[in-house]
Amino acid sequence: MPDIISEYEDKLPPKIIEDIKINLPKGTSDTKLRKIMEATHEEYKNALVNPGESVGIIAAESIGEPGTQMTLNTFHFAGVAEMNVTLGLPRIIEILDGRKELENPMMEIYLKKPYAAGKKIEDLKSLALQIKETSLKNISNEFTINIADFTIEIKLDKDKMKEIDITNNKVVDAISKQLKGYNVKDNKDSLVLKARSKEDTFNEAYKAKEKLKNITIKGIKGISQVLPVKREDEFIIITSGSNLAEVLQLEEVDSYRTSTNNIFEIEHVLGIEAARQAIINEIFKVIESQGLNVDVRHIMLVADTMCVSGTVKGITRYGVVSEKSSVLARASFETPIKHIINAALVGEVDNLDSVVENVMINQPVPIGTGMTSLVVKAQPSQKEK
Amino acid sequence: MAEVYLNSKFVGNVDNPLEFVQKLRDERRKSIIPQNLNVYYNERANEVLLETSKGRARRPLIIVKEGIPLLTERHIKQLEKNEISWSDLIKQGVIEYLDAAEEENTLVAFFENELTLEHTHLEITPLAMLGYCTSLVPYGNFNQSTRLNAGSKNQKQALGFYASNFAVRMDMDVNLLHYSQYPIVNTIMHDISDYSKHTSGQNITIAIMSYKGYNMEDAIILNKGSIERGFGRSTYYRPSVAEELRYAGGLIDQICTPDKDVKGYKTEKDYRFLEDDGIIYPEAKVKEGDVVIGKTSPPRFLSSMEEYSLASSTRRESSVNLKHGEEGIVDFVMITENEEGNRLIQVRLRDERVPEIGDKFTSRHGQKGVVGLIVPQSDMPFSANGIVPDLIFSPHGIPSRMTISHLIEMIAGKVGALAGRYVNGTTFDAEPEERLRKELLSLGFRESGVETLYNGQTGEQYQAKIYIGSMYYLKLKHMVANKIHSRARGPIQLLTRQPTEGRAKEGGLRLGEMEKDTFVAHGASLLLKERFDSDRTVVPVCENCGIIAVKDNFKNKSYCPICGENVEINDIEISYAFKLMLDEFKSLGIYPKLQLESKY
Repeated sequence: MPDIISEYEDKLPPKIIEDIKINLPKGTSDTKLRKIMEATHEEYKNALVNPGESVGIIAAESIGEPGTQMTLNTFHFAGVAEMNVTLGLPRIIEILDGRKELENPMMEIYLKKPYAAGKKIEDLKSLALQIKETSLKNISNEFTINIADFTIEIKLDKDKMKEIDITNNKVVDAISKQLKGYNVKDNKDSLVLKARSKEDTFNEAYKAKEKLKNITIKGIKGISQVLPVKREDEFIIITSGSNLAEVLQLEEVDSYRTSTNNIFEIEHVLGIEAARQAIINEIFKVIESQGLNVDVRHIMLVADTMCVSGTVKGITRYGVVSEKSSVLARASFETPIKHIINAALVGEVDNLDSVVENVMINQPVPIGTGMTSLVVKAQPSQKEK
Repeated sequence: MAEVYLNSKFVGNVDNPLEFVQKLRDERRKSIIPQNLNVYYNERANEVLLETSKGRARRPLIIVKEGIPLLTERHIKQLEKNEISWSDLIKQGVIEYLDAAEEENTLVAFFENELTLEHTHLEITPLAMLGYCTSLVPYGNFNQSTRLNAGSKNQKQALGFYASNFAVRMDMDVNLLHYSQYPIVNTIMHDISDYSKHTSGQNITIAIMSYKGYNMEDAIILNKGSIERGFGRSTYYRPSVAEELRYAGGLIDQICTPDKDVKGYKTEKDYRFLEDDGIIYPEAKVKEGDVVIGKTSPPRFLSSMEEYSLASSTRRESSVNLKHGEEGIVDFVMITENEEGNRLIQVRLRDERVPEIGDKFTSRHGQKGVVGLIVPQSDMPFSANGIVPDLIFSPHGIPSRMTISHLIEMIAGKVGALAGRYVNGTTFDAEPEERLRKELLSLGFRESGVETLYNGQTGEQYQAKIYIGSMYYLKLKHMVANKIHSRARGPIQLLTRQPTEGRAKEGGLRLGEMEKDTFVAHGASLLLKERFDSDRTVVPVCENCGIIAVKDNFKNKSYCPICGENVEINDIEISYAFKLMLDEFKSLGIYPKLQLESKY
């Protein structure tokens, strides 16, 4: 019996073969099995997309049409403490444009076994506070610039420092690492910074003071808010702000399931295939949450198009469109003059292979019925001879 | 201690803000302080805001003291006799104007019977919150607000009687309803605005039922007999204008019947209606293409002057003729002079528009619809009394739109028509439905408004009883005769050689980018090519240099302007818009080289 199934291993995709193996009732005779496999093979062939089918346009229409029914506002969650999430059409635009700066970057941090159960709540809370970014301005009360000897004095708030478990030494370390050119002196309740170089102007001191305020003392850069929530018997941490590279390095974090909604970061840390899957998941999530129904294959095609070059490129005139080989196609999308002139400067040849160019010059489009050409060579008729 | 702000500027503090505010208001009502001051006490922020700035929207309300309005019967009697006026009431402190902020401190009652000790003001009439057109909708408080908006908009597009001196006026695109009537169900606004002097619609009998599926999706069915008796009949007037313009050099246009030798002379048949002076006579029946005013112009100086030009050189023809789709009877010819002293001729055309399939009608409740079918009177459903509806309205238009006033107007109209009186349907203040139903019962009809109707074609009684009543229906200016448009082949633009745009220029309909996408999605490649063939041209292309060559039809030879005569030149078929694009590239200094490949 397994022989008959293995005969079809190159004719049917592995998942279907797996499904058949699982669902096959015991004691099926060989002839019946062969009939089953033949019928499955026939169905599979019928379900394949015909060559020449303009899948791109159909995918665009299938995603665009429900897009017109999506609200342009952000919904407000019924849940009390959920943060602002971009939903609906603005989120889809954000993903498809390949934007690196998101409106509401968010991470879902899954925790390893002992923490996820939530037995030690204090541990969870301390972990959350560990991740949350605290900058110098959060733990200091006052910044003063002493004009006389060009020093900056920072008064520290002892209570806040105790909350996040920080000592003066750590602060000094952080400052010296992130702000060059200053000596830091620890005065128990305050820190004094003195410039190393002899010449110093008030402007420099002011700039240094502003930079000081944003120095990360503790936590992961970029994470502005942390929220532990319980989801289906385990505790996870939802953060506002995203920094996948550093979060995955924490030992309490389950790096198999933690994810972010920033596609660019996923590409950077986990690779292009993961980014492609993340695009599909994110877009599908948005469309499903609006109650609309789009087949995932259309979204898969769009994600493939964005990732085909090896990096995530948005569907803009800088992204996917700039990869197109045809001058006329690029010119017909946006900024025509620029593309035409640049093409003329290097002597580009447009092979008129695709849809847009052939519509422009009124030739049959190489799609569907236009994909075939005649193989017969016309012979002059006998009469003319 | 409350802070006091005058026009958003801080002016001081007061210890007891409530007393202070009350005192200010009392003094304002006695006219001791100016009456454009409005006082608002914000309890939460503990601030008193005084506003006198210009541009605030304020509305008048009747002042109520201890549950009794200050506007008494005596005041009303004095107003009726014209002894006192509106401004007297303001000065006496009976009515005051409140802006949006001060209204926050008030409790306003809609009607006198709901006044309690806590109310501070009483609405003069709740109808005042609606504008003019919306207050013309009867029983408006039974409608969804969106529908009131739509009803208000539709009434502005209705045909009617716009001025009684229409016969001597030359207005563009005028519609006049032949037999307009005053609505049976009307509101107080109809009386205030003298609606009887410029009525717009007609009271007709309507039944709400489905009839053979021709009134789906908001379509309506009309009774042919009603149309023949004058329902919805209107006339359309449109003037054509010609002016004798003066040009440089003393040359002037001339309004006359053009001679046969002027440039651009049409056929003799086109000028057949013109009299000796070149102007058409009234009551001539004209169609598209017929000339109504003959005019010749001197030759333009742009064309090259020949050396031996005769003095009475060829004038151009510039007559005014009727455009595509226009037709009618000449109604009125006006010969006059404009302010510069040039002779001005205006010819007004009149066309009778009998309702046909495609004309748009509406009730006053935002229920507009297009005529779907015109049924002969004998085929319409009839009641035992012999009453036949003029219009059949589909019931599907009621549930999602929630225009209950449409249904109530039918009962009210039925009562009014049978009892011989007008029914007051003012929004918020209408005759209550219960009373109308009792009256309907006393007139001998079912109080639910339904009747037993019989099928006009078979005579069978309909199983369900049909809701039938009388309503005021308006004809809108969107008539199908002004919109219908078709083109097989026709004029093309000069620059792109593509079909022209617009109904007036006999244009084509654009197959836009998204429509092109549907053809691509179907894979119908050659169909797409055929659709975009409207500007197809055959151009010769030089094989050597790849630019468009010249084809000399007289000598039957092709040559390339760059490479000369001894090169291979092939013809290709492209759209003219593409050839235009290549020309535009050449003008930028870009060399678009075409590489040809044999199709086979």
